[in-house]
Amino acid sequence: MSDALKPAAVAIEGLRKSFGSNEVLKGIDLQVQPGEVIAIIGKSGSGKSTLLRCINGLETFDQGRLEVQGQVLSHSKPGAMRALRQEVGMIFQSFNLFPHLSAGRNVKLAPGLVKQTPGPQLDAQARALLARVGLADKFDAYPDQLSGGQQQRVAIARALAMSPSILLCDEITSALDPELVGEVLAVVETLAQEGMTLLMVTHEMNFARKVSDRVVFMHQGRIHEQGPPQTLFVQPQTPELRQFLSSLT
Amino acid sequence: MAVELDFAAVLTQWPILLKGMGWTLGLTVVSAILGVLLGTACAWVRTQGRSWGRTLVATYVELIRNTPFIVQLFFIFFGLPSLGLRLSPEWSSVIAMVINLGAYSAEIVRAGIQATPAGQIEAALSLALTRMQTFIYVVLPPAFERIWPALVSQIIIVMLGSAVCGQISTEELSFAANLIQSRNFRAFEAFLVATGAYLLLSVVTRSLLNWAGPRFLFGRRRG
Amino acid sequence: MVEFSLWDIFSNLLLAARWTVALSLIAFVGGGLVGLGLLVARTLPLKWLQIAVAGYVQVFQGTPLLMQLFLAYFGLALLGWETSAWTSAALALTLYSSAFLVEIWHGCVRAVPKGQWEAAQSLALSFGEQLRHVILPQALRIAVAPTVGFLVQVVKGTALASVIGFIELTKAGTMITNATFKPFLVYGCVALLYFLICYPISLYARSLEGKLHVRRT
Repeated sequence: MSDALKPAAVAIEGLRKSFGSNEVLKGIDLQVQPGEVIAIIGKSGSGKSTLLRCINGLETFDQGRLEVQGQVLSHSKPGAMRALRQEVGMIFQSFNLFPHLSAGRNVKLAPGLVKQTPGPQLDAQARALLARVGLADKFDAYPDQLSGGQQQRVAIARALAMSPSILLCDEITSALDPELVGEVLAVVETLAQEGMTLLMVTHEMNFARKVSDRVVFMHQGRIHEQGPPQTLFVQPQTPELRQFLSSLT
Repeated sequence: MAVELDFAAVLTQWPILLKGMGWTLGLTVVSAILGVLLGTACAWVRTQGRSWGRTLVATYVELIRNTPFIVQLFFIFFGLPSLGLRLSPEWSSVIAMVINLGAYSAEIVRAGIQATPAGQIEAALSLALTRMQTFIYVVLPPAFERIWPALVSQIIIVMLGSAVCGQISTEELSFAANLIQSRNFRAFEAFLVATGAYLLLSVVTRSLLNWAGPRFLFGRRRG
Repeated sequence: MVEFSLWDIFSNLLLAARWTVALSLIAFVGGGLVGLGLLVARTLPLKWLQIAVAGYVQVFQGTPLLMQLFLAYFGLALLGWETSAWTSAALALTLYSSAFLVEIWHGCVRAVPKGQWEAAQSLALSFGEQLRHVILPQALRIAVAPTVGFLVQVVKGTALASVIGFIELTKAGTMITNATFKPFLVYGCVALLYFLICYPISLYARSLEGKLHVRRT
């Protein structure tokens, strides 16, 4: 099957979004192919997280067109939004694990309710997912008993439990102690290698360089520059990107 | 002037007292469950519902909180029959207690719900849960844990308030005390013993609720 | 069969409502005075006194107001004193209010940041001076809203005095119902009158809470 016939995983055209009088996204055009790993970088306030949150509908947008797996996003239809969110998973900076449920229950909750997977299958799936992120022995642990890195890995397993085709990662290591970042990035790298479509807002430049197919630099609500990591990091074209990259070192 | 107190005359009537205590406890348990359910539904309407629903709930809450329970009880027991709805003393008591607790717990539960961190709801929505599923499985359990002391206190208040139900012949504890003193004229002793029994019931009910809450409502579930 | 107009009913209820207001104010002010004394006792560094006051509060908060009214009524009779429904109701409601008010006020004193106590101590103020000049003024500010809010509880509490025969709004309602056979209308009016008394107080208490920017835990 020719790749050209498969729809783009995410197709964004002319996306605009304002918070009150502040225009945060000033016309975004972006196409993401299935299996592509995109790293979105830029200063805080450049609209990176907002763009990500538009893709799974956590934020509404004012103008433009957003298509995920060939389906146009329409906020007014809750059924369509839920179908979208089964395709698109999200990992948050502050993990957002459910504190009253064990790790295993966190992973089992959504597939149990939404896909109504029967009990034993649900259990086996959850155990397999936790094993995949290296936390097989933490099935019964509660979030407050886990380190930040472990919690984030549970969050990844939880998102994967819905078998999404696209995963949005919103600064998923920014809230972690430095020594815990590696274990989370290792999991993400495995997902990338397995062919998951990933959109990551990140400050981990080395990781972006290593794992992503394309880097998108956002500046003041627009995509300022984009390209493969090998060229973008080595030969930044625009002064803003050069300034941004030098500010990181 | 010497005061002669005769507690024996009252304590020998312990079966009547026990029956009264049982009734008070029973009324409280049933009203607690239904009242908290009603209050939770009202809290949901107040936070998620449409504006006419919110106004309705707000009116209900203010009406109940600014009128005495005895008047609410009398209205239901004496007033409704003229509309054709005749309820037994027991049913009137339960309904009055449920409506009363419902209004107070609506506010308590609402406070608990509104303290939910936004990230929890975002995570639930991102996992394709419906709003109702998010409310029941993600928002409510931690909310109940947060508000439990306030809710338990309110349930105890309703239990103590149920003493008035004896006035419409519901055979709860205050009715039992009244029955005893009408036979042996030991009014002070009868009511003092009943008061002690109410204190005991408060302690028992509080312990019962503090056991049941974590077990059934806070959602701490493994595996 | 005598026909009673709505105005007949309402005007009689209004007259009775005077007694509701009177009893409420007596209990609230009386309870406030007793409560103030209890508050001082509670804050003195004497363990047995603190426990006694805490016990007092537990008893009044853990038992039905109706029982407290009965005990006052029959207790006073036992002691050979003249029992009118008035005196028993006033006594019971005053003590009831004092227990709740001291608990509210003690909470407000506790809500004053510990640093204030320490600063006052470092300025070599005596315990009494610390209370009077530093702690109580701040506690007062925090206390205004919940104290006003408690007045609503007192007004609602006076309705129980009807059970021991005190003729206030609820008792009048019962008597008028028996005369007119219109319980729905009469108790509806009774509820309305209580609402008209209590709701403005509740609103005022809420606005105070907003103005003074304090959330009581």
